[in-house]
Amino acid sequence: MANDGVDMGRRRFLTATTAVVGGAGIAMAAIPFIKSWQPSARAKTAGAPVEADISKLELGQMVMFEWRGQPIWIIRRTQAQLDVLSSLDPQLKDPKSEVTEQQPAFAKNEYRSEKPELFVVVGICTHLGCAPKLHAELKPEPFDPEWKGGFFCPCHKSRFDMAGRVYDGVPAPTNLVVPPYYFIDDNHIMIGEMKGAA
Amino acid sequence: MANRLTQAVTGMQEWFNERAPSFLPVYRKHMTEYYAPKNFNIWYIFGVLSMVVLVNQIVTGIFLTMFFKPSAAEAFASVEYIMRDVEWGWLIRYMHSTGASAFFLVVYIHMFRGVMYGSYKKPRELVWLLGMLIYLVLMAEAFMGYVLPWGQMSFWGAKVIISLFGAVPYIGGALTEWIMGDYLPSDATLNRFFALHVIALPLVLLLLVVLHIFALHEVGSNNPDGVEIKKGPKGNRWSDKAPADGIPFHPYFTVKDIFYTGCFLLICAFIIFFEPTVGGLFLEHDNFIEANRLVTPAHIKPTWYYTPFYAMLRVIPNKLAGVLTMFSAILVLFFLPWLDRGKVKSWRYRGVGFRVGLFVLGICFVWLGKIGSGPGTDPVETIIGRFLTAAYFGFFIYLWVYTAFGFEKTKPVPERVTGHD
Repeated sequence: MANDGVDMGRRRFLTATTAVVGGAGIAMAAIPFIKSWQPSARAKTAGAPVEADISKLELGQMVMFEWRGQPIWIIRRTQAQLDVLSSLDPQLKDPKSEVTEQQPAFAKNEYRSEKPELFVVVGICTHLGCAPKLHAELKPEPFDPEWKGGFFCPCHKSRFDMAGRVYDGVPAPTNLVVPPYYFIDDNHIMIGEMKGAA
Repeated sequence: MANRLTQAVTGMQEWFNERAPSFLPVYRKHMTEYYAPKNFNIWYIFGVLSMVVLVNQIVTGIFLTMFFKPSAAEAFASVEYIMRDVEWGWLIRYMHSTGASAFFLVVYIHMFRGVMYGSYKKPRELVWLLGMLIYLVLMAEAFMGYVLPWGQMSFWGAKVIISLFGAVPYIGGALTEWIMGDYLPSDATLNRFFALHVIALPLVLLLLVVLHIFALHEVGSNNPDGVEIKKGPKGNRWSDKAPADGIPFHPYFTVKDIFYTGCFLLICAFIIFFEPTVGGLFLEHDNFIEANRLVTPAHIKPTWYYTPFYAMLRVIPNKLAGVLTMFSAILVLFFLPWLDRGKVKSWRYRGVGFRVGLFVLGICFVWLGKIGSGPGTDPVETIIGRFLTAAYFGFFIYLWVYTAFGFEKTKPVPERVTGHD
């Protein structure tokens, strides 16, 4: 190799700058390809948060909305239903909502909700995806003579209390899922989004 | 007449060699003048068998893409269409699905062979690393392929596996959405997995296979005695410079490989024609039901070749720890050439401790595989699974301690390969 008279410092500088510029170019050019994997505008629209109007929801009633293809139940719980919750703890699998995937952080409390009386939950059994039925009243039921109100799944007899917490000894492994939501005002809930999210 | 024909052939060869003089030496280097140890046994057929399966996957895969529709709305029906309406479509699909499991079977045996005879040791570390990369890509390839028919297990398997990335701190949620292109496995997910499964990963796989073989042919094959034939005496029937214990790969080993390939294809044909699902092992029963995001199957489990790692994930109560354990179980294999400090390669001449350890590792792997394919509700099984997971990782620590501190009592290694004169 005839390297005589070559300014090696200059050559190294040029090689390095060319590599840096080329590398930056490649990194920039990669962005559109990486970004193309983000949920598309269509997917985002289909998965957009849903605004729920609960102004007509009376005490003890339930109303259903749909978000991302899932039934979302909103229930205005009575004081009697709320009072009994803490007494059920020993019979439950996860009374303190330790399984973090099942609810947003704000719902990791006794009522599994932001406001105690208003319960927002995904109406899909965590066992095999059936729809549990609401048996809200505190009265003897065929499946439990000492029923304290809650949800009963007709498919495989899974039972949940009025906070969607699963009973021990039933097939469902975890509590019902609480979706992310926030209160726009006293009568409107935004389902599918946390407060302050874009 | 024969003379004319010979002349014509010779003429064509010369014409070709003048224009591409480097092609024939490449063929010679990898086939007729690649000298493989003459004491290869039946464990040495699985590399070739995995290439046979790779060709099968590519050919049948190309034909499946001609009929398959990569959309959530049409995928399941198009697979049914292949099975029922396309002439011989069922055969092509079962060749592809059986090939996937056969691929893992031969690759697992191939890897086990490598550990038995110390084929990962110096100077073959690079061959081992490239092989491990092939194994990784193969797992991704098989996972994405399993999602395509859009059956129940496709959907829920995808959901579970992708949600593993959700265990990554901080960016986990965004990462899973990025992988799926939606908030749950959907049309977008299926469509991109199709692209990766039929184009991107096969290209990477082919490149890695070529590099794996080239790297092997640089250093030469190991053998059941773990003797370096290149360091032994020179001169055999074909060349003065070639190792005395080597014989040309072609025709000697090609003939042997063709025979065993025949046996292997016979077994595969039996599966394809008589029991293509292998009782739910190769094709899970739940995958014959179309994907339904509202109905979860009773037991979500991956296909058998992932179940040892899936079991590790499931027996560990913390999700992040489980995911890390699972990936570490694969990662640790990459370091095997440096964890094993023993100088003797083949288990024929290694200490009893190595042979016992390897046997235990094999048992752990198979037993974990059995646990991972079960419902996972038995608490006793969970305890056993934790024990087996610990033993799996324990093997690698044990191997390092055993070999690095001189606990291993090896037998003398012969100068030349044994068994064949």
